[in-house]
Amino acid sequence: MTPLEILGTVLLIVLKSFVLLAALLVFIAYALLADRKIWAAVQLRRGPNVVGPFGLFQSFADLLKFVLKEPVIPAGANKAIYLLAPLVFAMLALSSWAVIPLADGWAIADINVGITYIFAISSLGVYGVIMGGWASNSKYAFLGALRSAAQMISYEVSLGFVIICVLLCAGSLNLSRIVMAQDTSLGLFGWYWLWLFPMFVVFFISALAETNRPPFDLPEAESELVAGYMVEYSSTPYLLFMLGEYVAIMSMCALGTVLFLGGWLSPIPFAPFTWVPGVIWFILKASFLFFLFAMVKSIVPRYRYDQLMRLGWKVFLPISLVSVVVVAFVLKLTGLAPGA
Amino acid sequence: MTAAAAFFYLFASVTVASGFMVIASRNPVASVLFLILAFVNAAGLFVLMGAEFLAMILVVVYVGAVAVLFLFVVMMLDVDFAELRQGFQQYLPIGGLIGAIFLVELLLVVGSWTIDPGLVQAPLGNVASAENVTNAQALGRVIYTEYAYFFQLAGLILLVAMIGAIVLTLRDRPGVKRQDISVQNARTQKMAVETRKVPSRQGVEV
Repeated sequence: MTPLEILGTVLLIVLKSFVLLAALLVFIAYALLADRKIWAAVQLRRGPNVVGPFGLFQSFADLLKFVLKEPVIPAGANKAIYLLAPLVFAMLALSSWAVIPLADGWAIADINVGITYIFAISSLGVYGVIMGGWASNSKYAFLGALRSAAQMISYEVSLGFVIICVLLCAGSLNLSRIVMAQDTSLGLFGWYWLWLFPMFVVFFISALAETNRPPFDLPEAESELVAGYMVEYSSTPYLLFMLGEYVAIMSMCALGTVLFLGGWLSPIPFAPFTWVPGVIWFILKASFLFFLFAMVKSIVPRYRYDQLMRLGWKVFLPISLVSVVVVAFVLKLTGLAPGA
Repeated sequence: MTAAAAFFYLFASVTVASGFMVIASRNPVASVLFLILAFVNAAGLFVLMGAEFLAMILVVVYVGAVAVLFLFVVMMLDVDFAELRQGFQQYLPIGGLIGAIFLVELLLVVGSWTIDPGLVQAPLGNVASAENVTNAQALGRVIYTEYAYFFQLAGLILLVAMIGAIVLTLRDRPGVKRQDISVQNARTQKMAVETRKVPSRQGVEV
């Protein structure tokens, strides 16, 4: 390649990344609003309704408020790590979107180890939390960070086994190939949510725990820890933590869409439905998963910490481990294994 | 200079620099964070060599799990590192000797590789032969097909180590209250709460 071609490729990737980033951030602004609105509706409240029609500009007003406030750094804090933590957290959450295929061939990096990449990046998210909790030099923040680290590591294990089940069925680590493997004449009944239904449930609950969403939001449990690892943060650093959290939630929704809900595929595999662009199906499916996340938040009470650990290690780990064995055996014995 | 070479020098120099900072920085938490930086950059080097699967596994295992435990221990334990450093003069000779041996070995490996590149490739001959195979498939063939028994053996050794660790730390102390989840879940309202009609000015026998 000539230097000009390399420059062109780099510029194209930068452009794509910016477009994705902008679209993602706007989408998340409204996901945040939807989260609050759904929560309010379940509790028979109106939710944010003042800024703009139906409160549509609420998230942007919040953004402005956070950015304009004064960032307070505690006197005893380790300044460098304290400021690095939210940056690391938000950057890592955003970087997992590089490999997610929003439609056929729409991934910025369509790499062969896409799913392992996402798994690796999501396992790094814990660093932002630990660094923030430790550098704040506050016991609430530190306790929140420790809880969060233990929780994220515990649920990553079963999440990994769930992913292995899907990989066994799809026969590829490439996210686009995993979606294509679900492209059958059965439409939405050919996707993995039905064939691997127990794994879909385990994935969903582990995703809640992995992203510190209620009912597993013990790292920021307001009742005991005030706000957990974020307690000393204010202004833009706090905003970055908040943003990273919601980006991580959206990427878990996207991952669930790719692994279990057939990615960009149309649920009904014939004419008028297949004309709809794939990205619309993708967004609809991811939004559906996000709606489930929001409903769980508003309906289910918070778990106790020992219950959380028990669920992860004594319930999900055996279930997912046994299902890996069962899925492998079934695929091998029925000859359905890809590449067999 | 190609883009790959530029990235190689970037990753390699950051790896070496952060490796140096691991032992040079005064704050132990900063040391662990530099160690993590070194791991991530090593993963970048793996990607440049075309071993993307290994790179991701390096990040998942070392950065995502092992380094988190390091960080935990360093943050939780109240280790006085100033005191640990006091024996520096005493341990300098043996440390220097080990360092020198490592350096000589590294130079030998790199030197033999520069003189005769075929020397290093020979034992890998039958592994990386297939061209149109992804990383994961190539590794899977080697580990689970060609060397399946050795892999099982390694797994068994790890299992024995794990059971050993559990046996060493498992204590069954009598007289400790433990919760029985099935009993807790089987509790009904009748077993837990009793409703009584309390007559006025008389109270109830408890």
